[in-house]
Amino acid sequence: MKIDYTDVLVIGGGLAGLRAAIAAKRRGHEAVVLSLVPPKRSHSAAAAGGMQASLANVIKASGDNEDVHFADTVRGSDWGADQEVVRMFVDTAPKAARELAAWGVPWTRVQQGDNETVINGKKVVISESKEAQGLIAQRNFGGTSKWRCAYVSDSTGHAMLYAVSDQSIAANIPVRERAEAVALIHDGDRCFGAVVRDLINGELYAYVAKATVIATGGAGRLYRTTSNALICDGTGAALALETGHAALGNMEAIQFHPTTLFPSGILITEGCRGDGGLLRDVNGHRFMPDYEPDKKELASRDVVSRDMLDHVKKGKGVKTRLGEHLWLDITLLGRAHIEKSLRDVLEICRSFLDIDPAKDLIPVMPAQHYTMGGVRTNYRGESQGLKGLFAIGEASCWDIHGFNRLGGNSVAETVVAGMIVGEFIADFCDRADSDITIATSLVHEFLGREQARIDRLVDGRGSEDASRLQQCMQELMTDKVGVFRDGRTLAAAVEELQQLLARSRNIGLRNRSRGANPELATAYRTQKMLKVALCVAAGALARTESRGAHHRDDFPRRDDAKWLNRTLATWANEDDTLPTLKYEPLDVMRMELPPGWRGYGAKDFVPNPDTARRSADIEATKKKLAGADRFTVQAALMPYEELLPARLRARNERIALPSEGASS
Amino acid sequence: MTKATEGSTHRQLTINVLRYDPHTPERPARMEAFQVEEAEGMTLFIALNEIRERLDPSLNFDFVCRAGICGSCGMLINGRPGLACRTLTKHLGPNINLAPLPAFELISDLSVNTGKWMRSMSERLQAWLHAREEEIDLGRLEERMDPVVAEKLYELDRCIECGCCIAGCGTAQMRKDFVGAVGLNKVGRFRLDPRDQRTDDDYFELIGDDDGVFGCMALLGCHDVCPKQLPLQTQIAFLRRKMLSNGMKSTTKAEGKK
Repeated sequence: MKIDYTDVLVIGGGLAGLRAAIAAKRRGHEAVVLSLVPPKRSHSAAAAGGMQASLANVIKASGDNEDVHFADTVRGSDWGADQEVVRMFVDTAPKAARELAAWGVPWTRVQQGDNETVINGKKVVISESKEAQGLIAQRNFGGTSKWRCAYVSDSTGHAMLYAVSDQSIAANIPVRERAEAVALIHDGDRCFGAVVRDLINGELYAYVAKATVIATGGAGRLYRTTSNALICDGTGAALALETGHAALGNMEAIQFHPTTLFPSGILITEGCRGDGGLLRDVNGHRFMPDYEPDKKELASRDVVSRDMLDHVKKGKGVKTRLGEHLWLDITLLGRAHIEKSLRDVLEICRSFLDIDPAKDLIPVMPAQHYTMGGVRTNYRGESQGLKGLFAIGEASCWDIHGFNRLGGNSVAETVVAGMIVGEFIADFCDRADSDITIATSLVHEFLGREQARIDRLVDGRGSEDASRLQQCMQELMTDKVGVFRDGRTLAAAVEELQQLLARSRNIGLRNRSRGANPELATAYRTQKMLKVALCVAAGALARTESRGAHHRDDFPRRDDAKWLNRTLATWANEDDTLPTLKYEPLDVMRMELPPGWRGYGAKDFVPNPDTARRSADIEATKKKLAGADRFTVQAALMPYEELLPARLRARNERIALPSEGASS
Repeated sequence: MTKATEGSTHRQLTINVLRYDPHTPERPARMEAFQVEEAEGMTLFIALNEIRERLDPSLNFDFVCRAGICGSCGMLINGRPGLACRTLTKHLGPNINLAPLPAFELISDLSVNTGKWMRSMSERLQAWLHAREEEIDLGRLEERMDPVVAEKLYELDRCIECGCCIAGCGTAQMRKDFVGAVGLNKVGRFRLDPRDQRTDDDYFELIGDDDGVFGCMALLGCHDVCPKQLPLQTQIAFLRRKMLSNGMKSTTKAEGKK
């Protein structure tokens, strides 16, 4: 069987993978990208409403900067995030937006003077400053205290992906399309690349690489109703899990987006609410102010999704034969705005429901949307369990999202992590001790093992139907490991998933072709997906608190005394039916922003014993540095600049905006 | 609820699929018929998946986003190129004919290799932004752009490379290197972009021949079938005029030199 060699093997051709490949290539390393589909079809294209970056060009962003973006992100994460990494992220996000501007993204730009908009259900006029004319515009999004989302109408991810993909073609980076990594090659300490299956002819080959990068996106397809594309099945995370050495972090942290189209789960962007859209119930009542008087429709996604489902439980949903839903009302935004800034929403409503969102209400319900967890890495994006294995983007747990991600932070993370981790990967490849010595017998051992797995599926006498098992898993994940969770139901879910996993070892195929055989791909993917699903369910069962998107009815409070930590799941032996769970503590004494109330959602939580002490330390430092600039104060609280690659350390320039109060 | 559920008749649909796998040439190309009961809000995405799960696990087709934004599922739907994921069966008769997009390498059944075609086109047309500076100072303010220009760029940037324009193009069926509306739209997009340093002389080098803008026979099937309603007709006409005057100019120059 064939063996290919490269410096950097990137698994996944979305924004994160492509950007990291460009970084490595620019530093003189050969990079190859494997992609299930042509890269421009990756799920990055589905990011709609925008990318968070504190550019502060519009009046409603006045006063925004890295500090504000940092605090919003940490509060959004319900203090689950790694605060140093959040700092690296918010510092680099404006640079990423500006790089993309230079690479061709047609960002929506600021028009100076009066602009009509809708805020809190009312039409208002905002006057943009002359200094901002032609700079990148920002729109409002959930869980943020400033307008911070840079956008391209509502196809931001598409525009970003096309620009980055085009640049990767310019950089002559080869992409193996319709190629699927099915196993990592490793010796228990060091990752050496991957076994790859060509999805057109079914042949297996090996790629040996100094650095291997998992950039495979999320695991939404573990669920029945999800906004995610069909390729977001979590099998990339499973590659790491199946090594037995690399760990997955916080897999129980699953985001449910408040507004997906009912019943298909197609995403209706948060930009709808950011631009002034409202949620209404069966009576046409705008109910979010009843639950969240301050942030209303624009609280964080975990909070809005729970409030919506609570409202439905109170009998306020719209009943249909296919289930219940609520309404999203964007009619008040006007046709001109919808045609300009919510164009995909318009197209989706017309194509799938034959409705016109400029005059009709849109039926919506929360559905699975984002996987906060993923391959656990350090701040350099490298797995702590396997040298030479990196992970970026949604597939990773780097970890800027903690237990809830803010809208617009994920597509920002793809390019930011691509830039930062891309540099670290290049550094890694530069070092002499990163050179590898690998026996072809080891490569053949892995190739042989994967070939045997496929042979067993194709030639074996198994009797289980793979797509049926996958459906059972999706049903039970949606019903039992969803927005509201409790111990008894989760225990049942874990039990049933273990049975499904056992049955998946006895899958039989009706179509015994080894080539482009969709049933065969479903079979081996289902085996992997069940392991990842078990990490989600077992992690959720073990975590006896509520934090961010992980909500336990039987433990409704966030518990910083016991659970201020990150779940690490490994799969110790191939025959196991459960992951091994360990916990990585989050140290309050090192936090720039110690745990507190998020400003929305539940006010009740169990404090960490260190919080008061750390808060006092911070107050003392701030007092001592009274009069110093914000950079000095920040550096005294939690230095991070040294962690960034040298070429990404510049301060972000901003125009001097009049303060919002002064202008209005 | 919505109009989508009104008037559901639960028709019996017959979906005829043109099947062929180049890896098993011993099985000739054939039409195969599948019976599916229509459901509320059924799309071809739902119908084809039901066929694969219930009737024939070997049926090949491509879907990724299933929301009309990724461009994976272009196919001939009753002879016309379109996105299958967002085609509602209720807009079609009870007999539906599906075939792979022509002009692309066939992978199997309804699956074609648009990715390979698009990458090759992008390389030939150098379809990426050619910025003035290689290295950008990332700490500095972004370059300003007229908001109206940005909107116009977005309009052309909406292409999803689904391949429908190529499948609907007369020239592309005959001339394998023809860059098609997708390629010409890209050139139009970068030509409009103030950040791209290329001139019409550069673009003439790329598309000033029969594989470029002069290969278009003005049948404009591309414009009719584009699922994103891109202004392809205007783009191609505009580019042809620009390239023609550029060609005339260079011819005059060349003659002047003699």
